[in-house]
Amino acid sequence: MNTQRQQRTRKFAALAATGLLALTACGGGDGSGSDDGPVTLRMTVWSGAPEHLKLLNGIADTYRKTHPEVKSIKFDVLPVENYTETLTTQMAGGKAPDLAWIFENSALDFVSSGALKEVKDDPDVLPAAKKIWQQDGKLYAYPFSTSPFGVFVNLDMLKKAGQPSPAELIKQGKWNWDEVDRIGAAVHTKTGKTGMVIRDFDYKAWDNLATYWDGWGAQAWSADGKTCGFDKPQMVAAMTSLHKAIFDDEAMLAPGTTADFFAGESAMTVTQMSRASLLTDKFKWDFVPLPEGPEGKYAVIGQAGIAVLAKSKHADAAAGFQAFMTNKENSAKLGAYFPQARSSQLNAATLAKSNAKLSEKQLADVVIDGIKNGKVKPVHIGQAEIYAAVRSGLDALWKPNADVQKVLTGVCNSIKPQLEQ
Amino acid sequence: MKTLDRPRSTAATGPPEDGTRAAQPFWTSRRRDQLAGYLFIAPQLIGTVVFVLIPLGLVVWYSFHEWNVLAGTFHSVGTDNYHKLLDDPKLPGVLRATAYFSVGLVVLNLSLALALAVLLNQKLRGSVVFRTLFFSPVVVSLVAWTIVWGFLLQKNGGINAGLDLIGVHGPNWLRSEGTSMLSAVVVQCFKNVGLNMVLFLAALQGVPRELYEAATVDGAGRWRQFWRITVPLISPTILLTSIITVVGSLQVFAQIAVLTQGGPSGSTTVLVYYLYQQAFTFHHFGYGATLSVLLFLIVLVLTVIQWQMRKKWVFHES
Repeated sequence: MNTQRQQRTRKFAALAATGLLALTACGGGDGSGSDDGPVTLRMTVWSGAPEHLKLLNGIADTYRKTHPEVKSIKFDVLPVENYTETLTTQMAGGKAPDLAWIFENSALDFVSSGALKEVKDDPDVLPAAKKIWQQDGKLYAYPFSTSPFGVFVNLDMLKKAGQPSPAELIKQGKWNWDEVDRIGAAVHTKTGKTGMVIRDFDYKAWDNLATYWDGWGAQAWSADGKTCGFDKPQMVAAMTSLHKAIFDDEAMLAPGTTADFFAGESAMTVTQMSRASLLTDKFKWDFVPLPEGPEGKYAVIGQAGIAVLAKSKHADAAAGFQAFMTNKENSAKLGAYFPQARSSQLNAATLAKSNAKLSEKQLADVVIDGIKNGKVKPVHIGQAEIYAAVRSGLDALWKPNADVQKVLTGVCNSIKPQLEQ
Repeated sequence: MKTLDRPRSTAATGPPEDGTRAAQPFWTSRRRDQLAGYLFIAPQLIGTVVFVLIPLGLVVWYSFHEWNVLAGTFHSVGTDNYHKLLDDPKLPGVLRATAYFSVGLVVLNLSLALALAVLLNQKLRGSVVFRTLFFSPVVVSLVAWTIVWGFLLQKNGGINAGLDLIGVHGPNWLRSEGTSMLSAVVVQCFKNVGLNMVLFLAALQGVPRELYEAATVDGAGRWRQFWRITVPLISPTILLTSIITVVGSLQVFAQIAVLTQGGPSGSTTVLVYYLYQQAFTFHHFGYGATLSVLLFLIVLVLTVIQWQMRKKWVFHES
């Protein structure tokens, strides 16, 4: 009996050993290098645009020349659609990057959770730009991109539709959403193309609609994050206007359809300066500030931070590179695509040096004014859950004859528990 | 009846108690055979343990914990996640959507696959071309297939353009609560119907011709032959395809993630997509694991029911 048991034990041990060997073989390293040897840094980014990666790799190459202990710096492009999910999944799997690009919509979650290592503050960066990246007076990510939303305009398409250019309307003081609605409807009727597209919204990413409703003085929730703003009169007015522009006037992209401005499929699109890299010489274009709403001029900012993950095996080396990457000299280079909220660089002449696509006037009107006066898109702790609930609630709005007030009241009811937490 | 235990031979297991017989070599032919057997099954066994059993155990373990990935905290919460499951107001809607998708897919897929198999089993010109045509989506990347369908199903996409040609104003397939789930079912059905069709075709070709000849002599029509001869004789394949399709339909994820992201208004939020949202988007990994346990139990129960029901409706098993 004992002999049989011993045999069984041996067999089990052999199998377990084989399994462990297989696991060891499959496991491999994570490519981060050992703590003592040369360091390999990995940073997750959302943009795979060749111009963006060339710029980032250039900065990394320069850094490595003076820091031989850093063997390589890899920029790992994650799909923008599920960037944060992919990043947190990597963290859950023990494969957290050393540095990460973090969007404003998850900033509060990352900062408040302790997932980020404190980074060096820089007094040159505007205090407003640092707000969502700070906790208890400490900075946890450098506001790498503080990018105001503006409107790219296809001047050829407007001319074809017999419509005035935004520059003319700005001179006349008529660059407002009512006029955009009228122009968009005319473009659609006369050319069959789409008038206006709020890029990346696609009837899902509703936080991009802040570029619209801020013109009515509406907000998703109160400044303290406790009170829902969707059912307030300003928001109802903004959404009623938007609904009319989409379904009655057909001035804006309809649900379930696509139109890419940069492929010449729409006359106007609300987006950020970094998208200028998609422009070709297919058509004449302009980049102008957001149209005025009933509350007058306003600006909206999308932000991203560069952070060092607290779980990084090489957090000190990563912090060193982060500081180098975001110093004044490199910030000026990054400003070509990712506007920097540095007081020393907030002038058109400096920005124009690194930005060949946009004119000094475009940079001054959209970027500099936007950074100085803009509001960041809605941010809240636990935003992912709120985001999903609002998206689901707003689905009822994206159909003709929707009861705007009823839908928006429903949205507030669905996010009330999360806001009150 | 009283039986006597047969004394075991000690020849292969070691020396007798008095220790007088010479020791046997360790590598007896029996041990060699056993080792060979273990080595043959080792790759599959290791794969099953590492990629199925250990993750399964871990999922159950995680379901009793809360894991905050960002904060890096992991602590036991007892049965809290199971209480949350019972109180989750969204879960009934999620289960309804899952049932809608599963029932829709199983009915549509199996009936279409069987109909295609019966048609292609006839000796018609071009049947090989049609077999290839219907099977080809099976080998196409699921995500690529779904993205292409996503474009076709847009309001201004190919499907509605085709409908316009015949004077029909198509709906906004993926944005309407009435058509979004139907669209997802049809996209998934066309993706995999070829596989079930081939399985049915193989089963149909195994039905002896003389049974049909005898039935014809007895005066049975084609419809009667189908129900009385074909269906009973291919019933093991119907069982197999229904189990595969039911299990597959409950695990649907990519189609929903690409086509609708659970919308509009949560109408296509099926169980796997919901658990993905909970775990990876909302960072409730413990609750996501609890939903996984629920999914596992649903799949297990449905498979056991189907397996038990085979005694009633599967004509023969070989």
